[in-house]
Amino acid sequence: MTAADVERAWATLDTVLDPEVPALSVRELGIVRDVRVTDDGLEVVLTPTYSGCPATEVIERSVLEALDAAGLGPAQVRLQRAPAWTTDWISAEGRRKLHDYGIAPPGPALSWAAGAQPMRFMRRPERVACPRCASADTEQLSAFGATACKSLYRCRACREPFEYFKPI
Amino acid sequence: MQASIALKDDPAQQAVLRLGDTCLVLGQRLAEWCGHAPVLEEDIALANMALDLIGQARALLSHAGRVSGHDEDQLAFLRDERDYRNMTLAELPRGDFAFTVMRNAIVATWLQLRWAQLTAGEDAELAAIAGKAVKEARYHQQHAVDWVVRLADGTEESRRRIDAALAHLWPYTAELFDSDAVDPQAHTLKAPWLAQMGEILAEATLALPREGGFRSHAKRGMHTEHMGHLLATLQHLQRAYPGGVW
Repeated sequence: MTAADVERAWATLDTVLDPEVPALSVRELGIVRDVRVTDDGLEVVLTPTYSGCPATEVIERSVLEALDAAGLGPAQVRLQRAPAWTTDWISAEGRRKLHDYGIAPPGPALSWAAGAQPMRFMRRPERVACPRCASADTEQLSAFGATACKSLYRCRACREPFEYFKPI
Repeated sequence: MQASIALKDDPAQQAVLRLGDTCLVLGQRLAEWCGHAPVLEEDIALANMALDLIGQARALLSHAGRVSGHDEDQLAFLRDERDYRNMTLAELPRGDFAFTVMRNAIVATWLQLRWAQLTAGEDAELAAIAGKAVKEARYHQQHAVDWVVRLADGTEESRRRIDAALAHLWPYTAELFDSDAVDPQAHTLKAPWLAQMGEILAEATLALPREGGFRSHAKRGMHTEHMGHLLATLQHLQRAYPGGVW
């Protein structure tokens, strides 16, 4: 394995889509923390998004299959919990793709850092722009959407419901 | 039938199990709402929170199992009742929706403080699990508190129910802060928890209950009569089909 193979591996990871949000790749999602060369081949370091995310195991398998198909296998996946994944790691391209897919991209997650904001539990839902008509006149319907990473909103201007990728 | 596993009295392992079992058992209770919640959005929200809690439990049970050579599945499915170390609050039957959101508010407020404490702890693996979980717990807390306030501020009936839930649950909160050899620092979270609960209940215009003399002890293996029924549901498949996998 060479540096060129590592480059190819990163490019390959850009083709592996998140099974829950198939608009963006695992690389754009920011969960690929490292690709390194070991004595036993390539090792990909992944950080899980949510503790209970059912997609984690699917993603692991897809990554290994994609690397195999690119002739870079057999590779290994290592799960790394710390530092915890944050939506701030979603790339600019990933955010654009989320928006085009109809999901409002997450706002900055910094306010969630320990101690940054003493009273969080009575915080009002964020103002989120509608990904369809860009109106800011939207309201939260539910704090949890079809997956733990999203909440459900409705646009009062175009009347369409949409999902918001929660900052975490 | 699959034989039970037995654990030795290892305080460090029990400390992790107290947290892991609380997440597992509360996750099980919240999952009972799947298909039964008052509205679809809440059905999905409760199932999502159950998923977070079970994910946290998986990480914690895997971590706890290293001491005794057990994996997460053995610990989740093959222990006998006395070896579960969850807080009693988690195992109480799910009750009505008011009971569920009040319990979630109480437990998520405590968990969020406990996770934050562990992120700065000496156990690196535990700190890593906590670093992820603390962010999830804050969303759970926000969701639950939102509902506590809405129900208290809703109809006469919703207020009666949320008030009854608070009165029913409050005596079990003492167990969270009862320090012992397994968790000598448990009492340190009482003041910050009480401060947050005070603010939540003030917002909901509910009176902060007074502390009585009642003490529950599920975290030391002495469970309520509800635990056996919960375990029968939780363990049935593994006991009936030993080693079965999806």
